Amino acid sequence: MTEGHIQEQKKEKARRKKSRLPMLAQAGPVSIWMILFVTIPLLFIIYISFMTRGPFGGVVYKFSLDSYKTLLDPIYFTVILKSLRVALFTTVLCLLLGYPFAYYIAKQPPERASRLIMLLMIPFWTNSMIRLNSWMLFFQTAGPVNNLLLKLGLIQKPIMFLYTDPLVMLGLVTGMLPFAVLPMYSSIEKLQKNLLEASADLGANPSVTFRKVTLPLTMPGIVSAIILVFIPSLGTYTVTDMLGGGKVLYIGNIIKNQFGSIRNWPLGAALSVLLLAITALLIFLYTRFARVDELEVV
Amino acid sequence: MEQVKTKRQGKHRLGHFFATLYIFIMYAVFYLPVVVMVVYSFNDARKNYSWMGFTTRWYAKLFSFSNTSLWDALIYSLIIAVLATVISTVIGVLGAIGLKKFEFKAKKFINMMIYVPIIVPEIVLAVATLILFVTFGIQMGLGSILIGHCTFCIPYAVVTIKGRISGDNDTLEEASMDLGANRLQTFTKVTIPTIMPGVMSAAFLSFTLSIDDVVMSNMLAGGSQSTLPVMILSLNRTGLTGDVNALTTIMIVIMVISMLIYSAIRRRMARKEAQA
Amino acid sequence: MADSIVSLQHVEKWYGENHVVKDMNLEIPEGEFITLLGPSGCGKTTTLRMIAGFEDATSGIIMVQGERVEEKEPYQRDVNTVFQNYSLFPHMTVFDNVAYGPMIRKAPKDQIKKRVEEMLGLVQMSGYEKRKPDALSGGQKQRVAIARALINNPRVLLLDEPLGALDLKLRKQMQLELKHLQKKLGITFIYVTHDQEEAMTMSDRIAVMHGGNLLQVESPAEIYNHPNTRFVADFIGESNIFFGKVVRVDGDMLSVETAQGRMLTKGSGFAQGDEIFVSIRPEHLQFADTASEGFELPGRVFDQVFIGTLHKTTFRTAGGKEIKASRIDADPGLEDGLERKLFWDPGQSVAIHPTPEDKQEAGK
Repeated sequence: MTEGHIQEQKKEKARRKKSRLPMLAQAGPVSIWMILFVTIPLLFIIYISFMTRGPFGGVVYKFSLDSYKTLLDPIYFTVILKSLRVALFTTVLCLLLGYPFAYYIAKQPPERASRLIMLLMIPFWTNSMIRLNSWMLFFQTAGPVNNLLLKLGLIQKPIMFLYTDPLVMLGLVTGMLPFAVLPMYSSIEKLQKNLLEASADLGANPSVTFRKVTLPLTMPGIVSAIILVFIPSLGTYTVTDMLGGGKVLYIGNIIKNQFGSIRNWPLGAALSVLLLAITALLIFLYTRFARVDELEVV
Repeated sequence: MEQVKTKRQGKHRLGHFFATLYIFIMYAVFYLPVVVMVVYSFNDARKNYSWMGFTTRWYAKLFSFSNTSLWDALIYSLIIAVLATVISTVIGVLGAIGLKKFEFKAKKFINMMIYVPIIVPEIVLAVATLILFVTFGIQMGLGSILIGHCTFCIPYAVVTIKGRISGDNDTLEEASMDLGANRLQTFTKVTIPTIMPGVMSAAFLSFTLSIDDVVMSNMLAGGSQSTLPVMILSLNRTGLTGDVNALTTIMIVIMVISMLIYSAIRRRMARKEAQA
Repeated sequence: MADSIVSLQHVEKWYGENHVVKDMNLEIPEGEFITLLGPSGCGKTTTLRMIAGFEDATSGIIMVQGERVEEKEPYQRDVNTVFQNYSLFPHMTVFDNVAYGPMIRKAPKDQIKKRVEEMLGLVQMSGYEKRKPDALSGGQKQRVAIARALINNPRVLLLDEPLGALDLKLRKQMQLELKHLQKKLGITFIYVTHDQEEAMTMSDRIAVMHGGNLLQVESPAEIYNHPNTRFVADFIGESNIFFGKVVRVDGDMLSVETAQGRMLTKGSGFAQGDEIFVSIRPEHLQFADTASEGFELPGRVFDQVFIGTLHKTTFRTAGGKEIKASRIDADPGLEDGLERKLFWDPGQSVAIHPTPEDKQEAGK
């Protein structure tokens, strides 16, 4: 190796160091945080899900598939199926209600559209627990809905809305709708008007244009909406806790309970792993439509 | 010809009417809980089971500071939200720039990890963090809640700010260095100001996510002080009193007013620029 | 070499497996307007960025004002850059943009103000101090960018396709303005463009680059009249290029046999049997019923266009090759399909040695 070569190598090293310092300073903190508080906890919970439940709660570090077997127990299995069903209904409702809503806003002049979006966000700055509580007040036994129905003579006895699945669904749908509207809005907004005009010009009536042009081109927004509604709905426990009053159990409540009074950590971990697996599956399906970083999350 | 035209117009007008009606109903549903919240803050009942008449006594009670636990919860929530906002925004700004500008081996992996807290149900991450912290004997309290909040705020901050960094930023930084500014000067005088709107919305988003969080705050609190949302969740069992409604009503009023002031300032600045 | 203000010696640049600048050697004297010209991806912008310090050379020496700069950061180098997309700071006014350099150097405020006014006057942008870049037209942005780059009194100004985004008319006007500015200031301009007309208009010397290689560095006239490679002949201006074999050498007169026919050209360094490119400009191509001695190159009129100053005629040979001719005067008897004999003054055509790359291409 010639002297020149060695010098070149030294220079190269110095250069690399020079560009590495700003890189470490900028990308370092976020990388460390994500690894410490996302990657490691998730790996750890997968590990715990294969351990044994301790006699007085906690974990005995011995491999076992008991937690996963427990998931197949009818008591839990029906809850899982019910959670999936409710999350699915919520998602479908959010799409059906949200798409026309997003479409309407997207067709407004830009200034007005951004004002309408703002108007949509404001209610969500109120405390979410209080919003759920408001639904309870609205539908409670002596609340405005029952009072009105009684006064109109439509019912003789107040209806028990509280702690029922339909009220939980109402809470979920009204809480999740913005997360369906926003991604669909931004993909409808990107849709070029001349494409629709071209379609009309070529003889397609509005419904054909919608099916053949609008719907396929806004698919990424729709799939984003599905993910951003279905997954949180499946994992919720606050909505069910408030509006279900602890009587209506979903996956989220069961997970939470394993870390409270019941203390079966491996079971809680296994349920969490189940949610992770469902999430991963949906993301895999999503990547067939678009890239993950195109997911319109904010 | 005339008739065809009016028929077409008539059809459009009818469609327009139903569309507007639909949008109006949707907004009404979104605002209904807010209206109920405000109305029941004036309810003259010991507990909000039914409407008992108008009163302002809940506001009076709130500002007599007799319900110290409510104020404690609010202050605790605010402290956590402010800290989480600062930490998440700083890490988010650096991370967004770093992940956009540099190529390194783990970059793809880190980008993936950033989407995990956004997509995966919060309960899963909360429980995972709880197990880890308990197993390794980490004390629960303000610190653990703060870590939990930052874990979901940082990704939102990174994604928000990243969207603000365009391809132009690279050459703007080069132009700055070309004119004699070193890396630090370039960062503070060029990079940060150009992405400022993104930084502001990242900070705003972090604050709203943190102050409203229940799941992390609940799971990672240990036996310590509850945040306001957690307190409301637990009080809900026994029925909420009107002062909670009064407090949250005041909070939303403050938020909306500060948002209006912020956008008015921005609009005025834009107008000034247009005049120059 | 001591009087070169910028000197590149054996400069190489690799991006991973891509060799984008190959053994570049270039000496630029003080006060010269030199243009790096070539198609996109030829390495011209990379070369400029290595001089500015935005890219590190993989190996080689870069000197500015007699000092090696490879280890220096961009902000430590006494060169300034005018960027392709202007790169004005969007959050600052015109004044703050131009004042950025002296502000960073912590110059006194009143001095900054004076300098900024002076610079804006120089580029005829006085009175726009309070505007934001968004409120300026493309041409105005470019003037501000030039003022900003000149305020630090650089001895060398680097310009990376600065007129690329402007419309044709404005572009022509700015070309002349830039040239005048350079003469007035007496500093060195290193200008990057892919537009050969622009390069011809402005430069003292043109450095033609292709595929990372520096092909020819000479005055515009020299490059136009005596291209040293087939690529340069083709890239600069319009050319008819024939490929063939030298069949007879008579002093500096070469007789060449091509697929299209036989022709004469002057040239040196060729022996009988050598492969050769013959390049002839359309304005030098002549055509008549009978060819001059030594030419056997028939073509049929395929197309005629009048573009205002010139009558352009395209001929087609029997093999289908198109040959272009341009004349100032019209030829009223010329009709599509007529056959003419093509020829030229052998002193006006250029004989070019094929490079290895040319041979590869010809092999395809």
